[in-house]
Amino acid sequence: MKQEKAKKYGMVIDLDKCTGCGSCMVACMAENNVPFREDESDKLLSIAWMRVYKLTNGKPFPDTDICYLPRPCMHCEGHHGHSPCVSVCPATATDYSEETGIVSQIYTRCFGCRYCMAACPYHVRLFNWWDPVWPDGMEKSLSPNVSVRMRGVVEKCSFCFHRYQLTMDKAHMEGRRELEEDEYQTACTQACPAGAITFGDLNNPKHTVYRMVKPDHKQGGKPKNPKAFRLLERLGTNPKVYYLTSREWVRSMDDNYLKNESK
Amino acid sequence: MDSALIPRGVKRCPTWQFILGIVIVGAVLLWGVFAMLLCWIKGLNQTNMNTAYGFAIWIWADLAVIAVGGGAFFTGFLRYIVGKDELKNIINFAVLIGFICYSSALLILAIDIGQPLRGWFIFWHANVHSMLTEVAFCLSCYFGVLCIEYLPLILENRQIDKVPFFHNLSHNMHEIMAVFAATGAFLSFFHQGSLGGVAGVLFGRPFGFREGVLIWPWTFFLFTWSAAACGPCFTILITKITEAIARKKLVKDNVIELLAKISGWMLLTYSVAKIADTWYWATVTAPSKGFTLMDFYSNNPLYGIWILILEVGICGVLPALILITDKGRKTSFALWAAVILAVIGVCLNRWVMVLQILAVPVMPFISWHMYFPSWQEIATTILPVAYGIILIMISYRYLPIFPQEAELNPIEPPTYAEEDKQEQEEPVETQEASNAPEPEMQPAEA
Repeated sequence: MKQEKAKKYGMVIDLDKCTGCGSCMVACMAENNVPFREDESDKLLSIAWMRVYKLTNGKPFPDTDICYLPRPCMHCEGHHGHSPCVSVCPATATDYSEETGIVSQIYTRCFGCRYCMAACPYHVRLFNWWDPVWPDGMEKSLSPNVSVRMRGVVEKCSFCFHRYQLTMDKAHMEGRRELEEDEYQTACTQACPAGAITFGDLNNPKHTVYRMVKPDHKQGGKPKNPKAFRLLERLGTNPKVYYLTSREWVRSMDDNYLKNESK
Repeated sequence: MDSALIPRGVKRCPTWQFILGIVIVGAVLLWGVFAMLLCWIKGLNQTNMNTAYGFAIWIWADLAVIAVGGGAFFTGFLRYIVGKDELKNIINFAVLIGFICYSSALLILAIDIGQPLRGWFIFWHANVHSMLTEVAFCLSCYFGVLCIEYLPLILENRQIDKVPFFHNLSHNMHEIMAVFAATGAFLSFFHQGSLGGVAGVLFGRPFGFREGVLIWPWTFFLFTWSAAACGPCFTILITKITEAIARKKLVKDNVIELLAKISGWMLLTYSVAKIADTWYWATVTAPSKGFTLMDFYSNNPLYGIWILILEVGICGVLPALILITDKGRKTSFALWAAVILAVIGVCLNRWVMVLQILAVPVMPFISWHMYFPSWQEIATTILPVAYGIILIMISYRYLPIFPQEAELNPIEPPTYAEEDKQEQEEPVETQEASNAPEPEMQPAEA
């Protein structure tokens, strides 16, 4: 059953609402069987599909301000689906879906060259330096819908693609071609206690994400909402994760600027 | 003990000395093999790579050995396609060095990938958009070409050559060697270029990204150019080191000087192109992404602007100027300095195009990433060096690598009676020239 119109799933994260609690990270790890080690102190070795960065305005008290920036995979579209990572993978182990706009990762095809990691400026691609070791009994609580990854392959946020598959299966069984907005939501979206994360189809004007950022598809999806931005817009990665904030200093950290440039 | 295997008309060190050398270098090799097995058995957690450094010393070593191994394809190109006949006296050694470099590169890649048993996926599930796919195909094919080029050399061993089949096979392979040289040059152009493209296409990494022609970024051409320029310098350097260790001249000066001169002009033109590329990148490409040149070279402990000056100026322009002058080529110290600098320069270029790309922070709220390899990474990087030394030792001892050696180092021919007596009584370390119809030291393609 073919869909009527291609979707472009994306995410809007309201940084003014995010408290940095880390619920999104925990929910993501539980949902996607993300492995962890006894010592997780070295964050350059640990795996977290969703990572929360702490930004500061660098000013002394009482003007100090901080902002927590959750960073999932940006699911970049690049130019015509040539996102930074997809175009470089030599074994076609990652793909850009024109149907959903989701960048997939085929764990059983990845042979661990890590070229995609070098290509991604957001550091969303993570390598399994170790085989996953689950605490006794925990393997029974792993999600049956997401395959666990072995040592030596790259993994990353999939926008909980297995949830999309399940809901599409359900919709097909019910004779529907389209999903309701709330039928397919990522784990991090549902877990955020502050409601800072919104997920939906950026091609669908009825969806909240569309109304929040008003993506200009003629301009590669740039947001028309002046409070919205995408990370590293200038690189041409064309990401599908948008951030919202009313704070100017936070918006100034969305990209790199020359001294004589104003954002 | 092994005198029957040593080419006629040349002198070799005593067997014990040779074996001692093999044992010492072999110990280093075994250390590398141990580290390699650790990486294969326990995984890449044995390295100091991490999320920020998906590529590290191995990929640098890979690119560096392929660059310096470029002497094989470029010397072959000059010898067979351009017709520089004098280079027949160094082409064997250039092929040997190329063989070592490319086999090392494949070995390093086999260690570097997270799932070595899936290495064949790069061919089976090939993504035509990926520069790495092009590298894999061309590199594998070119390694095949190098095997074909190295094989006739092995067949020219004194004992193997006695077998008529091998003798004829070697002869016939020499006849068609120009075809393989041309194929090798073609393949090398693409895989050297693709290795440059690996960095140049990374539009998410402003330090590496370059504009270019059609699908090829400028780094594609610069990598090929620099390999053609510095590969022969490496061939000269290893020849000089071999001569120093063997304590004898193995290649005539005119051959070295010709190769050095061509290399010098290649290096000079490359340096001009590299400076132009750097200028355009620093003033147009990088600013369009929000970066100034100094954003890439400041506020970090290692990658200061000195690294750019060292790479392009001291290890690029300077050796080029030495090599294009007659006096520079004829002065031993200057020639040594020039080839060493050129080799350091190309290795440094590969270093920054692999490591610095990853070190530079792209997101404005993260900092520079620094990296130092683990001992396992160091040992496995030294492993190919030890392997290369051993292969050169064996090849030099038993194969007619240097066609001019006998002529440059004449030894008194003994009488047949003396030779027979020596062979019957005890092993000798010196093989003398004779009038027997066995092949003398000949250029492989002769």
